[in-house]
Amino acid sequence: MSAVMISKKVRKWEKLPGKNTFCCDGRVMMARQKGVFYLTLFLIIGTCALFFAFECPYLAVHLSATIPVFAAVLFIFVIAMLLRTSFSDPGVLPRALPEEARFIEMEIEAANGNVPSGQRPPPRIRNVEINNQIVKLKYCYTCKIFRPPRASHCSICDNCVDRFDHHCPWVGNCVGKRNYRYFYMFTLSLSLLTIYIFTFDIVHVVMRSVDDGFLSTLKETPGTVLEVLVCFFTLWSVVGLTGFHTYLISLNQTTNEDIKGSWSGKNRVQNPYSHKNIFKNCCEVLCGPTYPSVLDRRGLMNEDLPISSSSAAQSASLSFNNSKSAQPITKTTAPLIPNEHAADAAKASVGASTEKTLSSPDDHRPPSSSAPPLASPETDAESSVTKDRKR
Amino acid sequence: MSRVVVAHDNITDTRHPTMRDASTASSFSVHRGSMAEFHSLQEMKHSASLVMKVFIQRDYSEGTVCRFQTKFPPELDSRIEKILLEETVKTLNSFYAEAEKIGGQSYLEGCLACATAYVIFLCMETRYEKVLRKITSYIQDQNEKIYAPRGLLITDPIERGMRVLEISLFEDRGSGSSSPSSSTLSTGGGTR
Repeated sequence: MSAVMISKKVRKWEKLPGKNTFCCDGRVMMARQKGVFYLTLFLIIGTCALFFAFECPYLAVHLSATIPVFAAVLFIFVIAMLLRTSFSDPGVLPRALPEEARFIEMEIEAANGNVPSGQRPPPRIRNVEINNQIVKLKYCYTCKIFRPPRASHCSICDNCVDRFDHHCPWVGNCVGKRNYRYFYMFTLSLSLLTIYIFTFDIVHVVMRSVDDGFLSTLKETPGTVLEVLVCFFTLWSVVGLTGFHTYLISLNQTTNEDIKGSWSGKNRVQNPYSHKNIFKNCCEVLCGPTYPSVLDRRGLMNEDLPISSSSAAQSASLSFNNSKSAQPITKTTAPLIPNEHAADAAKASVGASTEKTLSSPDDHRPPSSSAPPLASPETDAESSVTKDRKR
Repeated sequence: MSRVVVAHDNITDTRHPTMRDASTASSFSVHRGSMAEFHSLQEMKHSASLVMKVFIQRDYSEGTVCRFQTKFPPELDSRIEKILLEETVKTLNSFYAEAEKIGGQSYLEGCLACATAYVIFLCMETRYEKVLRKITSYIQDQNEKIYAPRGLLITDPIERGMRVLEISLFEDRGSGSSSPSSSTLSTGGGTR
């Protein structure tokens, strides 16, 4: 009875929980619904294309050649910021692995003491003192962690995001700690671009009307009408949004906190994160350090796939940690090194080849399952020897 | 790349006797004697079993800056001196503080990056990433010198989302560990 296993190397992003879509082999991370993002791209590119086609030739000749150049620079900056906001990891917090989740549960139970049956247990809240203010940390039942301060769970992406601002459908992604400054730069530069195009549309129409008359101008450059319409409506929304976020940055608040009114009102806590200085707040948010992603999207991990018959399937299921039919006997044999993910700290130093437990990120196990096996799948001698041979 | 192979209990051994012999011969280093003395991470890997994991939580008293609590977990009482762990945690905290420091260099980096539409991050390594590499090598060093000889292993916080500092406790299989944790099955040490 020999098990034949295929060890397939997969990238970690393929096994991440949550409702994100990944592109370019894990380099790009977005939300699932991207329709509005495509609309944003279309509007920006379309309007700018019309501007370059209709207005720029006239203005370059009659006014200055720098006008289209500056418009092009601004356009490239806007697109770069949009793509950066949409494609980057907003600051997703990975879910707790089984041991950590259990450890936290034990702590909670110890803290709660004995709850008489029939009574609901108290809500899972931890109080921390930050800058002499008491901040409540809530427990996330999906991610099985106590959320750090300012983190929030996005229900659309099904992830906890650090310094969660809001989920923006226009960029097709959450806005959080890692991409907030790109989002702000996007709205700011888009406001400037909109104002720029709007202004020069008007200038162009006026200048041309002097020579040719208003109606014939509109006939010659029909794109202008469209641009003016788009810019007019965009102006109010985007400029307003930029102003709102400038206000939030100066107070070092997030949209989420503002909506919930966390720091407003007399009796409530004052914002403990604010430096009480507008300049310092702005510098921290916009020029602070660039936080790295803690989701190792492109890291490699091994996935065991059983490929043969029932006998092999039985022993294969011993190795494939995911399988519900896994025999409990070998399952509970302890692994040498905890092996939840390939990039375990021990890996670099011990050079261990690790088998992945697909326990935490997997979709197969129901979320309420109680004691997911800790052990690495490689508890079966045969599979380990088989892999040895493959090396 | 060396293999991580786990010892089997008798039940699987009987099912695959030949394989067991082969693997035993090739992969195990046998530890005689009662008490575990792990002289290297390699040794520990071959003969240790995971007992439990201890998690040191984040300390949010100074805001959202990455800091870990220096409170000593009681489970490690018998394993390591308090001062050593505190020293490690304090050094890690200082590394993170250096990475997240908002000062001249971070402003310069931020403004330069903004001026180039953040394209420069494709070529340049940010200060935070540099410090993270330092942290990884520091943890590796500490594991080799201090923690592995005591049967402990620290996991780099970045692999746990910078939420916790995970310390794994190992015990020598040869000493017939019967751990209180649910994660292990005592292997009896019959072959040793």
